[in-house]
Amino acid sequence: MAHSSWFAVRQALAPRRRFVLSLMSFGLPLLIWCLVSYVPGIWHPMIKITDPGSASYFSDGMLLNKDLFYKEQIRLEKEGKAPPQGIPANPVYLPTPGAVATAFYTAFTTPPQRRDEKWLYQSLGDSISVIFLGFLISSLIAIPLGILAGTFDLFSRLTEPFVEFFRYLPAPAFGALAVAILGINEAPKIAIIVIGTFFQQVLVVANTTRKIDASLLEAAMTLGANRLHLLFRVVIPGMLPDLFRDVRVLLGWAWTYLIVAEMIGASSGITWFITQQARYKNFDNVYAAIMMIGFIGITTDLLLAWLSRRIFPWQRGIKA
Amino acid sequence: MNVNVTDSPGQAPSYLDQTEAVSARFDRLKKRPVVLEVKGLGKTFDSSQGPVTALKDINFKVHQREFVCVIGPSGCGKSTLIRILAGLEQASGGAVLLDGKPVDGPGPDRGMVFQGYTLFPWLTVKKNVMFGLQVSGRSGLPEQEALQWIDLVGLSKFANHYPHQLSGGMKQRVAIARALANQPRILLMDEPFGALDAQTQARMQSHLMEIWKNIDITIVFITHDLDEAIYLADRILVLKAHPGEVQEIIEVPVPQPRSPDHLETPEFIATKKHIESLIHPKSLDEEEGEHLNMMRMVHVDDAVGDIF
Repeated sequence: MAHSSWFAVRQALAPRRRFVLSLMSFGLPLLIWCLVSYVPGIWHPMIKITDPGSASYFSDGMLLNKDLFYKEQIRLEKEGKAPPQGIPANPVYLPTPGAVATAFYTAFTTPPQRRDEKWLYQSLGDSISVIFLGFLISSLIAIPLGILAGTFDLFSRLTEPFVEFFRYLPAPAFGALAVAILGINEAPKIAIIVIGTFFQQVLVVANTTRKIDASLLEAAMTLGANRLHLLFRVVIPGMLPDLFRDVRVLLGWAWTYLIVAEMIGASSGITWFITQQARYKNFDNVYAAIMMIGFIGITTDLLLAWLSRRIFPWQRGIKA
Repeated sequence: MNVNVTDSPGQAPSYLDQTEAVSARFDRLKKRPVVLEVKGLGKTFDSSQGPVTALKDINFKVHQREFVCVIGPSGCGKSTLIRILAGLEQASGGAVLLDGKPVDGPGPDRGMVFQGYTLFPWLTVKKNVMFGLQVSGRSGLPEQEALQWIDLVGLSKFANHYPHQLSGGMKQRVAIARALANQPRILLMDEPFGALDAQTQARMQSHLMEIWKNIDITIVFITHDLDEAIYLADRILVLKAHPGEVQEIIEVPVPQPRSPDHLETPEFIATKKHIESLIHPKSLDEEEGEHLNMMRMVHVDDAVGDIF
């Protein structure tokens, strides 16, 4: 039957199928990761030494290339000495899901290695505050400007050509400048987020504003609305749900600028944590930290989507 | 001018024949004050092939509480005409006078109902109807007034619903209530029932007639549906295309008040025939080559060789 095909063009599947597929979208990558990590023989190009035997330069827990290990094993066996023992392992940069899951917890409970360093939750807090402030400053200016540009051609012509040009300038390129002007602490990082977000935001908001159905404006005019009424009673309420969606998308972009921003001046926040842990080769912590960003992102997004459904009950058919 | 329908079955009456009652009514109607006057109205668009005349020298008057339908072939500029009346477009020449004063831009004295409903989706039915009352800053209790208008179109139960929860017919009733709540001098309707199914359309026509009978409102109604025009209108303004000009203003000989029974009467059929001949002249169809190049494309030994 056509309607029950898994491959029906532009047709929604049954709710149960959709739910199962949504789970699989997370489940499949996780499954591949598990297979690669736990089933020997799929990859495991290394050997982890469990007993160095009489190999002088092996030590317990060391990771070696298989070739080297077997060569050494054969050599020592021929010489009648105790051969080294080991188990197949993956390279250090691919920890197992279990190790990463544990790191999720231990990363928070492990005290910083030096006293002037921060706990993970403090680093995360710094990152969130940089993102929040940067995005807030950008939004406070870009959203009103975008609405004006989308409503009045005057503002559109006055701002958009320049904004269009400026958005091609990569935000990280302003890093050195930002540090020179704003110092090495939070301020230049916030500035990078603002530069990265603001110009896109103006254009996106202006285009969203233009999507308002012109016939609604005409209807309002025949009801006696003046220009201010059109702006505040038709354009803005009409675009709010779309604006909300724009903000969700742009917030995602702001997170991508965060990592660059935090490398500017004194490294800080979650980026500092990641680089620090990579230096110690604690890759389980690195993965955990990267995923934390993902979880914070998707949680914020789902929260905003839920909020959008709550405050715009008249919006049907908007999918999260 | 009196025509006896039953006695002359062989000869169809002309659309010009009016019974005494109808004729007397038109005399009274023409003595009413003029609400809307259109004088020498023209509209030219600039296109890539040079200027295009959409409307040329349009003249007509609409009297108080009259129902005028505007009909014409596609491209005759009927929508442009009503948009100019509403003030949504500027005329290139001529004048539109409302109660003798020239019209400039859209305003609450001319309500408009669009084909596409144009309800504000973020407002409930009640707030949609209140919109005009609020923006025009009129005194009184907008909420109470709005509820009265909603009641008038029979949607009291739906006052707190959002537009997307309503059917097409209900949406258009809200749009009518919203336009009427401003108590405009004239109600402009641009193919308001064009998007509705036939049954809903018929119901909406009766609703509109009821409303028109009971409140002081003058209506200019655009349609491409002949039946609708004849059923609703006191007079019909027939436009012709390229350029849009007034071809004829027809006094509909069907007596008022109307009911669906009138659709079968000889005067109705005569009027319809006449307008049809105005809008779709036989010769024109042939000129435009409006015939299909048909050949038989059914297999000779097909199971159903002939559909008759």
